[in-house]
Amino acid sequence: MSFKVNGRTVEVDADPDAPLLYVLRNDLDFKGSRFGCGTGHCGACTVLIDGHAVQSCTTPLWSVSSAPNPEILTIEGLIADPIGALVREAFLDEQAAQCGYCINGIIVSVTALLKRIPNPSQAEILEALSRHLCRCGSHVRILRAVDSAIRMLTP
Amino acid sequence: MKDLPSSIQKSPRLNQWIAIGPGKQITAYSGKVELGQGIGAALTQIACEELGLTPQQLQLVAGHTGCSPDELWTAGSQSIEVGGAALRCAGAQARALFARAAASVLGVAEESLRVERGIFSSAQTQRVTDYWSLAGEVDLSVEITGDAPLRSPCDYRIAGLSLARPDLPAKLSGAAFVHDFALPGMLHARVLRGPHTSCRLEPVAKEALAAALTALPGVTAVVHSGNFLAIAGADEEELVRALVKAQKIVGWTKPQKLCVQGEIEEMLPAMACESSVVHLAGAPQTPVTQHRARYSRPYLAHASIGPSCAVADPSGGPSSHLTIWSHTQGPHFLRDQIASALGREKNEVDVIHMPGAGCYGHNGADDVAFDAAFIAEMLGTPVRVQWMREDELSHSPFGSASLVEIEAGLDAGGKISSWHLQVWSHTHIKRPGWDEGINLLGAWAIEPAIPEPKDKDVSLPAGGGQRNAIAIYDLPHQAVTHHFITRSPLRVSALRSLGAYANTFAIESFLDELAAKVETDPVTFRLRHLADPRARAVIEAVAKASGWRQPGAEIANTGMGIGFGRYKNRSAYCAVVARVRVEEKVHVEKVWAVVDAGRVVNPDGLTNQIEGGIIQSLSWTLKEAVTWSESGITSQTWDGYPILTFDEVPEVEVLLLDRIDEPSLGCGEAAAGPTAAAVANAVAHALGVRARHLPLTAERLTRLIDET
Repeated sequence: MSFKVNGRTVEVDADPDAPLLYVLRNDLDFKGSRFGCGTGHCGACTVLIDGHAVQSCTTPLWSVSSAPNPEILTIEGLIADPIGALVREAFLDEQAAQCGYCINGIIVSVTALLKRIPNPSQAEILEALSRHLCRCGSHVRILRAVDSAIRMLTP
Repeated sequence: MKDLPSSIQKSPRLNQWIAIGPGKQITAYSGKVELGQGIGAALTQIACEELGLTPQQLQLVAGHTGCSPDELWTAGSQSIEVGGAALRCAGAQARALFARAAASVLGVAEESLRVERGIFSSAQTQRVTDYWSLAGEVDLSVEITGDAPLRSPCDYRIAGLSLARPDLPAKLSGAAFVHDFALPGMLHARVLRGPHTSCRLEPVAKEALAAALTALPGVTAVVHSGNFLAIAGADEEELVRALVKAQKIVGWTKPQKLCVQGEIEEMLPAMACESSVVHLAGAPQTPVTQHRARYSRPYLAHASIGPSCAVADPSGGPSSHLTIWSHTQGPHFLRDQIASALGREKNEVDVIHMPGAGCYGHNGADDVAFDAAFIAEMLGTPVRVQWMREDELSHSPFGSASLVEIEAGLDAGGKISSWHLQVWSHTHIKRPGWDEGINLLGAWAIEPAIPEPKDKDVSLPAGGGQRNAIAIYDLPHQAVTHHFITRSPLRVSALRSLGAYANTFAIESFLDELAAKVETDPVTFRLRHLADPRARAVIEAVAKASGWRQPGAEIANTGMGIGFGRYKNRSAYCAVVARVRVEEKVHVEKVWAVVDAGRVVNPDGLTNQIEGGIIQSLSWTLKEAVTWSESGITSQTWDGYPILTFDEVPEVEVLLLDRIDEPSLGCGEAAAGPTAAAVANAVAHALGVRARHLPLTAERLTRLIDET
């Protein structure tokens, strides 16, 4: 199977039923997407597929490769994306993390949201974050970082 | 000899703490590891302040048994108090030794020297020198005396600033966690475990089991020793799919000591316990009114977002050095325990700390490190083990349940005249290195089995089940009875704040109940019983910040509540006000907190800890409880163990009272108890019903309203 990850076309020799997360982490060495539950509940594995935030732990490889010219962005690739880089910068500025394990998935979802809606409502922000869990209680900082990213995007 | 910091007494030589290099850097060694609490930034600031360096000039190496000092565990809100004090002392002596060498080289008086950016200069000369030029002149293998003068906090330039955490950019980029660490030729492994820690493998022919498991696609090796069973393979994804099939092949016995789950307030007092009066002061005065109430908290899970993980490298053979990469809180204890369990010498094993997902106490980090070490030893190859979500929510030790009863009298003047608190709980600590024996899940399963040690709780003043059981108010009489339940139906150990969460929740809820009896405002009632000016200051400040219960500002179904505590009765002061709206469930709208943690090293780091402590406590208080059936733990997934979500998070405002002349106090766990009480008191204010048993779910709330 072949598709684009972080701007580079990759060839993958894996079981079509394999969840994308393991392929990204172990076959392609993009470790920034993380295993949390394997059931799509926590969002630590979230990546962008054609601009949509998707939980890679429940996304089988066949569903990725069946799309025409799929493009995947992980946190590693988002750094080269203007909006992704800006969102990540806002998270660092606000020190919006404790352990940081959940944050990359959250940055990915927030980037997808701001690419779609540059000035989202509070309800739209909460909807985008509804598939993410954080255990350290960094939520208030994460929300501050999202606000800060929005301010940077809409001067 | 001066009263040296406890960590310095254990590692007394200066070169155990400070080394010149690499390059134009200085290395500071610490036993206090980065768990996401931001300690790396704060310790860097403390060391830089004493040494006269910029943060970029300092490299911090923490939690490596090969080179870092043994500072026990990174736990108990002790990293600034203990670890910071040690680095401050060591840094001051290093600076003093180098200053003496600099004075000699530059031909100036030592007192005339200043050090900035690692460069020593003096008004008496144009010439300068630095740490790196002087490295050959100074012997760092000397004993630390504690005689070197510490820099005055008034002169601080780096400590006291909100230095950004040095670890975050990497974590927000790609590989940074032990979960992301890989070695050439490494196998992935998963351990099969029953639904409860006491489950044993059903008797089975070993060869047949191994054959059945090896036949699964993705499994290249099986490790089976006693009740320890693991599968390994090169491809993690294939192995995880094989695990699902393997679990259907393997049978487990019923749990051995699992009682039927009931209400905590009924279960705990029925369990066998050892009772003792742990505190008695003053004599009861004659009351005009008496009141008694019981409060409880359930068993709670750490519920880290990333299941525990470790990598072990046996260096190619059973007799070689064993290296383990782990997100443990106690690298030296873990090394000692793994060495002992594997029949190795300590010096044949090293544990290297690497970041893991959120750590709030004794979670699965140590257990998975043993899993990886044992499998790696058996297979003679590097092994990475990551637990699955179900493992993390079933086999990580839980925080102990508690039941607290308080009985008090009030005198004619509306003051407390007698006070008796009783707490029923299990141990709140059973870490590797705590007390005798080996505390590693896998070590209890292998053959020959290593016996599980008996439970033993922490005694006062720190306390486990009785942490913060002594009310910090000025009372004419106070008695505390600890009913230590010697066995727990669930595996329990340290979870953030230990018994302080339940005890503070109970004490602070009860104070509101007493205040209501004498028709006194809860803030006024607290201040009536508090002389300590620092305690009064945080309460007064949080009342002011929150616009505490302004007359005429009441809104239907909305209430404000306060909770206060001084963590461990000797660390940070924390007062919390919560505003809640109660509809079909409790909505926490806003939380204010005021904290006095003495001299603040990193204000933003401290604020982050308090914010996080508040949110985590809200999650415990409103939603969480471990559940089980006679077969084992049933709250094994996020569906079964829901935690606070983004749409349930309130606005949070944290105010710090910086006290530059007071020693820094541990704060990481300070918010847990006060937050729970603030919410329960706000619910009582909003509805007039008293929630005494946690969690405060919609179901419990409805039951409570129906009963009232």
